[in-house]
Amino acid sequence: MADTQTWRQWLLTETPTSRRHAKISAIYQGWLSFRSNTMAMIGLGILVLLVFVAFAAPLLAPHDPFVQDLGNRLAPLGTDGHIFGTDSLGRDILSRLIYGARITLYIVALVALIAPVAGLLVGTVSGYVGGWVDTILMRITDIFLAFPRLVLALAFVAALGAGIENAVLAISLTAWPPYARIARAETLTIRSSDYISAIKLQGAGPLRIITKHIWPLCISSLIVRVTLDMAGIILAAAGLGFLGLGAQPPSPEWGAMISEGRRFILDYWWVATMPGLAIFTVSLAFNLLGDGLRDVLDPKAGE
Amino acid sequence: MSILDVSDLNVWFGKHRDRVDAVKGATFSVAKGESFGLVGESGSGKSTILRAITGLAPDWSGSIVVEGQQLTKKRPKAFFKTVQMVFQDPYASLHPRHSVDQVLGETLHLHGFKEIDSRVVKLLDDVGLGQKFRFRYPHQLSGGQRQRVAIARALAPEPDLLLLDEPTSALDVSVQAEILNLLADLRRDRGLTYVMVSHDLSVVGHMCDRLAVMKDGEIVEILDVAALRAMKATHPYSKHLLEASV
Amino acid sequence: MMSTLLDVQNLWVKFPTRNGVFDAVRGVSFTLGRERLGIVGESGSGKSMTGRAILRLIRPPGIVEADQISLEGVDLMNLSEKDMRAVRGQRISMVMQDPKFSLNPVMTIGDQIIEAYRLHSSASKSEAYNKSLEMLEAVSIRDAERVMRAYPHEMSGGMGQRIMIAMMLIPNPEILIADEPTSALDVSVQRQVLDIMDKLVKERGMGLIFISHDLNLVADFCDRVLIMYAGRVVEVCDANKLHEAKHPYTRGLLNSLPRLDAPRDRLEVLERDPEWSEAPSVSGRI
Repeated sequence: MADTQTWRQWLLTETPTSRRHAKISAIYQGWLSFRSNTMAMIGLGILVLLVFVAFAAPLLAPHDPFVQDLGNRLAPLGTDGHIFGTDSLGRDILSRLIYGARITLYIVALVALIAPVAGLLVGTVSGYVGGWVDTILMRITDIFLAFPRLVLALAFVAALGAGIENAVLAISLTAWPPYARIARAETLTIRSSDYISAIKLQGAGPLRIITKHIWPLCISSLIVRVTLDMAGIILAAAGLGFLGLGAQPPSPEWGAMISEGRRFILDYWWVATMPGLAIFTVSLAFNLLGDGLRDVLDPKAGE
Repeated sequence: MSILDVSDLNVWFGKHRDRVDAVKGATFSVAKGESFGLVGESGSGKSTILRAITGLAPDWSGSIVVEGQQLTKKRPKAFFKTVQMVFQDPYASLHPRHSVDQVLGETLHLHGFKEIDSRVVKLLDDVGLGQKFRFRYPHQLSGGQRQRVAIARALAPEPDLLLLDEPTSALDVSVQAEILNLLADLRRDRGLTYVMVSHDLSVVGHMCDRLAVMKDGEIVEILDVAALRAMKATHPYSKHLLEASV
Repeated sequence: MMSTLLDVQNLWVKFPTRNGVFDAVRGVSFTLGRERLGIVGESGSGKSMTGRAILRLIRPPGIVEADQISLEGVDLMNLSEKDMRAVRGQRISMVMQDPKFSLNPVMTIGDQIIEAYRLHSSASKSEAYNKSLEMLEAVSIRDAERVMRAYPHEMSGGMGQRIMIAMMLIPNPEILIADEPTSALDVSVQRQVLDIMDKLVKERGMGLIFISHDLNLVADFCDRVLIMYAGRVVEVCDANKLHEAKHPYTRGLLNSLPRLDAPRDRLEVLERDPEWSEAPSVSGRI
């Protein structure tokens, strides 16, 4: 007991003794304030579960998600051996959902890597350099923003060909402009602050100022925005899947599953509803997490 | 010998119809080792002069000579080894995500120093903070401690001329006394030259040898502190300021 | 003796934090008559919290506790939030430090004053307009009609602060709480604003609580002064005797100021004695 107490004191110290100690201590305090947000913890819990399910899919899934059983097609909920029923080709819906988590995570992770990074680059450069660079970059951003997201994604996929990778690329291409806008707005306020003036007076160049001084302050609000957008990204991927332009059959992508179930939605509602519920749950989890992260990461609430 | 010569300095912001002339025809010079004050009310252009010297206010005309070097639009890197600045608000002048160690370490690195670790320790000792503050973040520091860090940062390149932009106006009076004492000690020990901007005549009277009184972008009077103490200002505006602050 | 407007007894403001409860104000007691009462202290001394606690403006998780905060016999601690809203503005007004943050940037000054006035009385629009003009003139604003049409950003700091004072005075409150009303202003403007407040307090017989960090200003301007340190009142004295104050903290503060008439090589640095924050609050009640 006494030992854990000193651990806590070491982590919450006001006088860290080394660089590493200061970092760990800052992370721990962030975790403490995150932990006090129950809803955010629920969101995090769901997402941890999702990651676990995706990794352990072969162990958890009761059936092979691709094996068809035409004699047992469209079995209702609670059927023996098929808790969530079966789809139009007699495949176990639960197993398909479990394997589908892998695809969903894959899409989410890729988009989350591409779009915010592109937006951060464009936005901070545009905001910091200003002048005609700003004008050109922001007009390009406006052009992307002016298209309806799904229509633009459709056009990209149509040009690049259907498939998950291309769907990810298409979604990323439509998702970066809002990040660029946020990053630029933040950069404009940060740019005129005293601490940027101070580092300029040490002879620091624009590259150092942008990467070392502006990025760390923009990243937190981008992370928050990304988690809040995750729901939209999953839905866009599902939408592309639904339209037959994302993941291709027989891949168990959740959007594609809804698309297949649509034909029977009146008589066999669970076929489309179960993947719908999965999308809903994960989207909600990301939103809750985003809200919690905003409280922790917002530099203005850093006191 | 003068370390800073400013003559007929004009500084403006904006263009054409929106142009605001913040400083108009300012002329003064500061001798090496001297402490020179710039006094005036808000909007009088006193801080703008400092920003023009450091290059933070890009639109200016006239002549600024630092240690015999005529300044041009662009400041060479070596310039910042001669001239450094301490900002008004210690809550705004430190990067919220950088620890004291990072702030000082990066400054030393940018100026090409070796043995950064030992220099950071030395700087912290010099400004009276000591080791235990080294890995703290700004939000773990009080206003006075932050201002000490900002002073340490300005001292890191070992400058000769330190520009002080209202260094204590955001601080409590008891902390102000500590910071003013620290600045006086540093000047004595390192032979620094100060140009100090303040709205507080008693602070300038305490710290400086000579001062310029500014109003609406113009220097209306330059007088030495003895004259200030004896209430012997000649310009009506300086008299008015003096009366208001006693 | 003068009548007592406000009687504060044993006021505490507490903030629960991760490392235990933080007491921002600890057992402060004072009375306010028709006078100018100064509260001085450094940042974090609890002086602003005291002002806000009287109006019950401390937001949760902050907790306000007091034996009583009575406004002419009515204990504000027992009022409902709805009754409290009637007290704020109507009977006790507050002027904040920076007028820029207190005025709505997208409304003309005239509209804001009129709205504030009509919120408290059922006057007609033209009546409210005339009253507003009158108020602006009372705070020495020349050309009041033009100011009524202007937006806040067109005003200087001193003007803005005078407008704020005018707004606060419209409902004719009995008590004005001014939290650093002149700290954002230049010295010459500072005087004008103080003179206006002084005149109004005298003419209307209001009680004024003047919160400031500036000892000289308070000594000059107020009748009585409470000196706060670490959430407690360490000393109470008449303003004109502030320079003879006895508490080492007050003395330290006074000595740490640079003075034009008495040059020194080094300023005195305040040595903080932990005992100051332990000793119980001095009562400022009469």
